[in-house]
Amino acid sequence: MIGDLMRWYWIDRFVEFDSGTAAKAVKNVTLAEEHLHDHFPGFAVMPGSLMVEGMAQTGGILLGEKFNFEYIVILAKVPKITFHSWACPGDSLFYSAKLLDAREEGGTVEVTAHVGERLVADGEIVFAHLKQDDPQFGRIDQKNFVFSNNLMDIFESGRAGDGVDETPGGNPSE
Amino acid sequence: MPTSDEIFEKVQETLVDALGVDDDEVTPEATLIEDLGAESIDFLDIVFRLERSFDIKIPRGELFPENLASADSGFVEDGVVTETGVAELRSKMKHADVDAFAADPKVENISNLFTVKMICSFLEEKLG
Repeated sequence: MIGDLMRWYWIDRFVEFDSGTAAKAVKNVTLAEEHLHDHFPGFAVMPGSLMVEGMAQTGGILLGEKFNFEYIVILAKVPKITFHSWACPGDSLFYSAKLLDAREEGGTVEVTAHVGERLVADGEIVFAHLKQDDPQFGRIDQKNFVFSNNLMDIFESGRAGDGVDETPGGNPSE
Repeated sequence: MPTSDEIFEKVQETLVDALGVDDDEVTPEATLIEDLGAESIDFLDIVFRLERSFDIKIPRGELFPENLASADSGFVEDGVVTETGVAELRSKMKHADVDAFAADPKVENISNLFTVKMICSFLEEKLG
């Protein structure tokens, strides 16, 4: 599984999660990510393909959760995606996904990406479901997985809190 | 109930959105796979869009039956769909032109059963 080899996270944290309906995640764009060094020299912007991946992770986990992660959720098709502007290092990209369809065979989400109030991208993503015991399972290109088990760690993201010791006089740095 | 023309227009719009084709390519006779370039996942997308557009539910396999000619279906011999298989097609795809297929029932011709007209006929009955 890809998750055992590397962690392909393109969202940092969920900020809203309305089960079976909608989800919103944040991706903080940083110059510490090497892909921004070459994309492009002197003009660092978040690649559109990775924004699509982030939106697919937001929407794919929303779909997976609706069925209690009974299915492998695969990014099957991006029927429509439009980029309206871009995101630079230092920007927080907010990905929103709304579930349009969800059934045994798969689902569709409507997605947007915003920096503040500014629309960066919008579109639709279609996912297909596979069961773990599906005979086609081995034939699927693993890059198409929206998540494997390790990606579920995203639900833990942010749980560490802010590190402030709330006991009287407490200070974690001491 | 919408007229046949209204159904066709909405189906045309659906296929333009789902398959990225031009509206003049979506003729009643056009085959989804060969003429319009549909792939397997597009069938799911098309079903979702038809459900939204017509405000109906299309259960799995009702419009686009699955595994029609899989190796273990027992309906194929030497690359040709057997008579039993053709009968199965007639029962599962009553909106398709199975007669035309039966004239040359090679497995690879099964995809020609999936036409724009088949979708329209299916919807006419469903909405009727």
